[in-house]
Amino acid sequence: MDAIRTEDLTKHYRVGFWRPRPYIALDRLSLTVRTGEVFGFLGPNGAGKTTTLKLLMQLMYPSSGRAEILGRPVGDVEVRRRIGYLPENPYFYDYLTAEELLEYFAGLFGYPAAERRRRAASLLDTVGIGAERRLQLRKFSKGMIQRVGIAQALINDPDVVFFDEPMSGLDPLGRREIRQLILQLRDRGCTVFFSSHVLADAEALCSRVAIVAAGRLVASGQLSELLAFQVRGWELVMSGVTPDALSQARADREIVNAVPIDGQRFAMELPASAAPERVLATLTASGAQLVSLTPIRETLEDFFMRQVTGAQRSSNG
Amino acid sequence: MADMRIIAHVAINVFKESVRDKVLYNLVAFAVILMGAAYLIGQLTAGQDVKIIKDLGLAAIGTFGLLIAVFIGIGLVWKEVERRSIYSLLSKPLGRREFILGKYAGLALTLLVNVVVMTAALYLVLGYMDAQFTEEQKSVWAAPALDAGMLRAVALIVVELLLVTAIALFFSTFSSPFLSAALTFGLWVIGHFNADLRNFENIVESPVAAGLARALYYLLPNFAAFDIKSQVVYALPIAPGYLAVTVAYGLAYIALLLTGSVLVFTRRDFK
Ligand SMILES: Nc1ncnc2c1ncn2[C@@H]1O[C@H](COP(=O)(O)OP(=O)(O)O)[C@@H](O)[C@H]1O
Ligand SMILES: [Mg+2]
Repeated sequence: MDAIRTEDLTKHYRVGFWRPRPYIALDRLSLTVRTGEVFGFLGPNGAGKTTTLKLLMQLMYPSSGRAEILGRPVGDVEVRRRIGYLPENPYFYDYLTAEELLEYFAGLFGYPAAERRRRAASLLDTVGIGAERRLQLRKFSKGMIQRVGIAQALINDPDVVFFDEPMSGLDPLGRREIRQLILQLRDRGCTVFFSSHVLADAEALCSRVAIVAAGRLVASGQLSELLAFQVRGWELVMSGVTPDALSQARADREIVNAVPIDGQRFAMELPASAAPERVLATLTASGAQLVSLTPIRETLEDFFMRQVTGAQRSSNG
Repeated sequence: MADMRIIAHVAINVFKESVRDKVLYNLVAFAVILMGAAYLIGQLTAGQDVKIIKDLGLAAIGTFGLLIAVFIGIGLVWKEVERRSIYSLLSKPLGRREFILGKYAGLALTLLVNVVVMTAALYLVLGYMDAQFTEEQKSVWAAPALDAGMLRAVALIVVELLLVTAIALFFSTFSSPFLSAALTFGLWVIGHFNADLRNFENIVESPVAAGLARALYYLLPNFAAFDIKSQVVYALPIAPGYLAVTVAYGLAYIALLLTGSVLVFTRRDFK
């Protein structure tokens, strides 16, 4: 059984007060997410990711098309027992503490009081909320709210979780913790469906991705198979690079460009044809030290720009 | 079938939250101050009667209850939608119907506790008055100070407040708090002059206007029916069965409004 299936899922918003006309936020989205996978739902802002997640949570009803979670129609109460959802930029109650919020949500699953307390405490530990858990949520920063949001999504040990932009509002350390958390969930057999507008989030996590732009699915599959994201070259920064080694590498066409940063530190560009390992080995042998090595590829934004200029959002207006 | 346990769980949370909202304390405190004022007035009139205290006290219970019902009622659902806390909540195994009924029950509980506190305060003041005067002085009073019959008026006030809450909740499932408050207060005022609509029917010539007045009379909640303060204060007779019929009327109206709220709310898109 698939974890998530959508079939021609479509959502129109009515826009304009005097002469309402439909605006297609999501256009016949069909996707399948298998159980146990970490699935990245990628797209630039306004692509229709949040709309899709709200349709899956039945916070909105589709204009047409269908969606299923764990083989049942979305909105089925039995389905809700087995899923978790982190909304985009979540917000909870000002006057509840983090602890009380989680216990309240746990109660909706019918857990007895002791079990509610246990789950709340252990999840707050997991997401790194310490003594602040006794503070009212209005005193929480955006990043802390995001962590509470993730904790509440996991209160019922869900089989499928839906995270809408889980990394937003977090610092780099926080992002790394969330990545680790998602991998732990996967290891427990939980299916993770998350949206993001940042390609790097997906690279570090996903088995498969779907890419949406302007309400349409534009690509799906394994990231490494998506041609657009294949590496186009590398940026190599090394220090202690001797002029000899540099001209040798140039002569071998292993670097196409070298910009001095300071002293013997250089930023070098390697073509996709070059094996970065070999260049690195040669230069290291000549006494240089590695500073950084970064793949150069089309960014998600560049990719979207191309897609979007190709296919403008259609409208019935 | 609605899940009662879930409804109770939501209701208790509403109660906790409103208890933490300082507005509530202010209202209760204000009511208590008003009871004090009633007591002073009683002193000035040299214990001629406790009527004035009962009158003022019951009016205060009704008014402060009304303020709580409207001002919390209009925000109950709207705030969750506006602040998007509803997104995570509705992804839990909680139907939209349970959500609405839970919210309503929570505010009903809040109101009930408030009315109980205010009524207890009123009886306290009356008990003090009772101890102040001699039997002879008290013999001219229309009803004893600690008249349990007063509780009948309190009971109808409670039902009235529950009805006001249902109206506020209904409006708040689709409109802004400002509009909901205006509509709820509007209905409350009209509902108190409902009987006049009946008379209007007899005065006007036009059958259309008369028909309209008649339709409105049956459609709009008849709030005047819940006001038996003067009967209780002056110890006037109340028709047997009046209480039961009025309570039943209120409950039926509430059931209708809650059904409407659930219908509107389950169809909504949270954009
Ligand atoms: N309530 C709404 N009314 C009208 N248009 C909306 C509404 N919400 C979102 N949209 C539009 O629908 C499109 C998809 O939005 P959304 O799903 O939020 O995108 P994403 O989450 O990928 O950033 C956007 O163009 C957005 O402007
Ligand atoms: Mg979004």
